[in-house]
Amino acid sequence: MDPKLLPIVRDLEANFSGRLEEYRDEAHVFMQADQIIRALTLLRDKHQFGLLSTLSAVDYWPQRSPRFHIIYQLSSLAQNITLQLRVPLDGDTPELPSATKVYANANWRERELFDMFGIYIRDHPDLRRILLPPDMEGHPLRKDYPLGYEEPQFTFNYEEIDLRKPYAKE
Amino acid sequence: MPDLQEIPVGEYKHLVSERALRGETMLLNMGPQHPSTHGVLRLVLELDGETIITCIPDIGFLHTGIEKNMEAKTYLKAEVMSDRLDYLNTMGNNLAYVMAVEKLVELDVPPRAQAIRVILTELQRIASHLIWLGTSGLDVGAMSMFLYCFREREYVLDIFELVSGQRMMTTYFRPGGLWRDIPVEFEAAVRDFLKMFPKRVDQYEELLTKNPIFLDRMLAIGVLPGEVALQHGVTGPMLRASGVEWDLRKARPYCGYEQYDFKVPVRTEGDTYARYLVRIQEMRESTSIVEQALNKLPMGPVSSDDRKFVPPPRSELGVSMEALIHHFKLWTEGFPAPKGSIYSAVESPRGELGVYLEGDGGPKPYRIHWRTPSFDNLSVVPEIVKGHLVADLVAILASTDIVLGDIDR
Repeated sequence: MDPKLLPIVRDLEANFSGRLEEYRDEAHVFMQADQIIRALTLLRDKHQFGLLSTLSAVDYWPQRSPRFHIIYQLSSLAQNITLQLRVPLDGDTPELPSATKVYANANWRERELFDMFGIYIRDHPDLRRILLPPDMEGHPLRKDYPLGYEEPQFTFNYEEIDLRKPYAKE
Repeated sequence: MPDLQEIPVGEYKHLVSERALRGETMLLNMGPQHPSTHGVLRLVLELDGETIITCIPDIGFLHTGIEKNMEAKTYLKAEVMSDRLDYLNTMGNNLAYVMAVEKLVELDVPPRAQAIRVILTELQRIASHLIWLGTSGLDVGAMSMFLYCFREREYVLDIFELVSGQRMMTTYFRPGGLWRDIPVEFEAAVRDFLKMFPKRVDQYEELLTKNPIFLDRMLAIGVLPGEVALQHGVTGPMLRASGVEWDLRKARPYCGYEQYDFKVPVRTEGDTYARYLVRIQEMRESTSIVEQALNKLPMGPVSSDDRKFVPPPRSELGVSMEALIHHFKLWTEGFPAPKGSIYSAVESPRGELGVYLEGDGGPKPYRIHWRTPSFDNLSVVPEIVKGHLVADLVAILASTDIVLGDIDR
């Protein structure tokens, strides 16, 4: 981890009960969803993290708690360091506060989270699906969403799959 | 259905101005099949006469589910998907992907492979900027630029075909190095290009840089201040044209970029013309990087000899049982990557191209997320087109250099 990151991580640990994990010289700070907006504001205003590089999620299904990790990848151009914030979320219909007021590009990234992972974003100005059509069902980047193949029927599971297979109505 | 048609407010009522609700302004649909949108991008425009009040981009027409698809392939096989993201920067996408994999599994790359990677990605940057120059010239009425730029791009694609057998979808960089060494004709082909290309850039500049019609369309159009750009996550030439000096090749050198002497062009105006000047200058700098890299191209192997990650060369397969086993294992089961996640970013022709890669101990990526620069660069367009004419929107869109494959993934 870059030594320049140390005071910032200490600050996050003290104010937002953040927990640091390091992997391959990268710093990941875990914190709770209700504190993330204040943490992002602090990082932007006090520690010069001007750029939200990306905002995405990972689904750990079938694990329930936490099922999702939200990833905020931040860059500081002035100090040339990067920091990752991770927010664990539980359950199948998680909620996340919107970071649009802190970083304007969070707007589209959060729409993508809503679209691909079905994570509801509170206080979002324009929460519509972004990449997929509005009448689409399901959230494809969730791990319980199949890749698009039809499930192969074998003798041992033929009826089980047949029961839930949609057929055209007469 | 015509591409330009009036549409009802309904779905967009929280985004348009109150005058649209009263019927005083008009909502017009532009795209998705419109030549100036450089792909399949639909824009919903709220117009007062010919002045744009609101612009609402609608993306996703080229969504191919690449992130989900890559999760179902082994690390070696998933690489072919990365070419299809930003189809004008295939070498750069490969580089971003292989660097992420190499960081995750801690694989070293020999210096010769690093240098060849630099040469090819810089050539790719030139080719990508040539497409941008040609198409944006076409958009503002400089039709011959399109033909000249595509003529020169062909030289670069020929070089790619020489090394990889493919003009566009190359998949030439592999985790741990390269697919194979460059052929003997490579150096001469690149030197020919280097000799010819700077003069051609001079010709483009003679045609455009001081052309009064071009200047009328570009100067003070779509001004993007540096702070607004950063707020919207804009990176690459667009950010540098707004006065922020930020280039990952300089800031966090990778692939040995620290050995090469090059400048990062920066302009402070932030308008469409500044973006043009920055990209033209970048083509010249890239030419210089290619020349330096070619001059001190080291000898040696082009890929790591760690057989747990890199398939053995074909010559070993017939004589070594061990090599055959490795070949078989790597191309069927694949190599396992440790449990953990990394983020690695490179400077693509459009900005910061980042890969978030998470492994779960198995041979397939558990999650891969592409931070594609065009996505954020397009999200700032609604901010900067306000108050401009529809014709200026075309010039602004061209100057952002978006690739829809990059946005929709």
